[in-house]
Amino acid sequence: MNKIILRGRKVVGGCSEGEALVTRDTISGWGGINPQNGKIIELRHELYNQSFKDKVLVFPGAKGSSGWSAFFHAARLAGAAPKAMIYNITTSKSALGAVVTHAPTVTDLEQDPLDIIETGDWVKVDADNGIVEITKRQGNQRSSSSEDIKEQVSH
Amino acid sequence: MRLTEHEQAMLDGKEGPAKQKAMDLLVRYGEALGAERLVDTNNVSSSVSASSPVMREFAAKHGGGFDAIFSEFNLDSAETVKIPKIETHACQLIQAVDPDHWQTQGISRERYELNKESEEYSGSIGIQLLSTCTPYQVGNVPVKGEICAWMESSAVVYINSVLGARTNCEGKESTGAAMLTGKIPYWGYHIDENRLGTDLVEVEIEMETMEDWGLLGYYIGEMIGDRVPVINGIKGTPDHNMLKHFGAAASSSGGIEMYHMPGITADASTVEEAFGNNKPKTVIKYGKAERQQAYELLNHSAKDKEVDFIMLGCPHASLEQLWDICKLLDGRKINGNTDVWIFTPRALRQVADRSGYTKIIQDAGAKLMSDTCPAIGQILPEGTKVVATDSAKQAHYLPAIMGIQTWFGSLEDCINAAITGKWREY
Repeated sequence: MNKIILRGRKVVGGCSEGEALVTRDTISGWGGINPQNGKIIELRHELYNQSFKDKVLVFPGAKGSSGWSAFFHAARLAGAAPKAMIYNITTSKSALGAVVTHAPTVTDLEQDPLDIIETGDWVKVDADNGIVEITKRQGNQRSSSSEDIKEQVSH
Repeated sequence: MRLTEHEQAMLDGKEGPAKQKAMDLLVRYGEALGAERLVDTNNVSSSVSASSPVMREFAAKHGGGFDAIFSEFNLDSAETVKIPKIETHACQLIQAVDPDHWQTQGISRERYELNKESEEYSGSIGIQLLSTCTPYQVGNVPVKGEICAWMESSAVVYINSVLGARTNCEGKESTGAAMLTGKIPYWGYHIDENRLGTDLVEVEIEMETMEDWGLLGYYIGEMIGDRVPVINGIKGTPDHNMLKHFGAAASSSGGIEMYHMPGITADASTVEEAFGNNKPKTVIKYGKAERQQAYELLNHSAKDKEVDFIMLGCPHASLEQLWDICKLLDGRKINGNTDVWIFTPRALRQVADRSGYTKIIQDAGAKLMSDTCPAIGQILPEGTKVVATDSAKQAHYLPAIMGIQTWFGSLEDCINAAITGKWREY
């Protein structure tokens, strides 16, 4: 199967891979996640009751309390952190949160990762080189090759 | 990132291991932001409390007491370093325990003792124990243009917008590093162009009550996310309590850290000045329908009309708000099945004691508390299933954090529920 490659900017170095967990909702740290198990606890959230533990978390950005970094920090200490993160909007919350989670993280991708990556896809984040490698899960049809993406973008 | 000679010396460990770890974190954080340099700050609001048993366990495992906790949780350093007296002025934000009401709040003696030791540690390195989410109500009032490193989203949006101070929404680790070094990444709302408006909100209804301001903030946060709204059409001048509620709501439903109300807030006196060269990304109107939408979003978790618990004072109540509560409670008794907890900064609680406010509150059967809140302390009266509050922020977080139904309404709605035990049935 074809792999899709996206390039972006390193936030936190390292290289890691795993299954993607994708949301278009911004995430709260304090009051938004349970750091013991990595579950989203905000009731109106698209990922309510799903855990990012050992997943590649793909999300637009952070919102809410300044406890964002402390809660992702706590998730790391509890062994419930994501394996890697990809986000679109850099804020002090998301940047500091990624730093203290120690998970390879990239942002500012050349195309919107939320249009390309779907939950269940296999994603490798090589943050040192700013490269995201996506293998679509069978049945995830949004984009199965880079040609499709180019087509999508040009429309 | 470009570092000055002094910053490089700290990073190289020439001023000791604590500053070395602090600079290491600031450089990693600055690079993650894409910042080019650091900037000096002498005003830090942080959270250095170590009152949870998880932290004590952590410290015990690492053999270093509170230095181990500060190293990990405030500097992101697995290695325990000795923490010296801090370089900057810094204050403690809201924490998990009220040292005077811990038993009522269901806090264990172990946690109370741990909190006490933690406070002694924080005081000994130079942290002012204001213990409130609103340092700006009790003496820490930054001036226009002052570079700050503050946590607490409701305080960040207040000092950026109302006072014109300059801070990003920092975290435990970056504020820990800032208080040791006097440095923070120069980024975001420190910089003129990032403070300009991005979206226009046309307010078409009268804004009169605290409830009105909470709902407007909640709606704007939901719609604008983390951009910089310019709010036009406000008649008259809101007081600081209204702006406190407005900002706290906007930074809960969204991530608003800066807004303009031209002629009212610090940075701009006209809509044109607020936008500078920016064109509004969106123009949204706020009328009756939008107000109703915000009201429904805030009340989405609530079904049962029987109310167990009334929470007032999020963000921590001012003296004016306490007096407004006193006027509604004076000579009345709250329902036997309902608890009323009111939260204020500990400094203001002293004034409330001396002014006789505390007695009025107690005589009605309510309690005046400080230092914490139900969402931060994860504390509730035993058996609470349904809470009512006049705070959009608390109504946003309590269903998620404590798993309870939450009604949002006016102060009068809340006091009536306290007296009758029922929500809005009067």
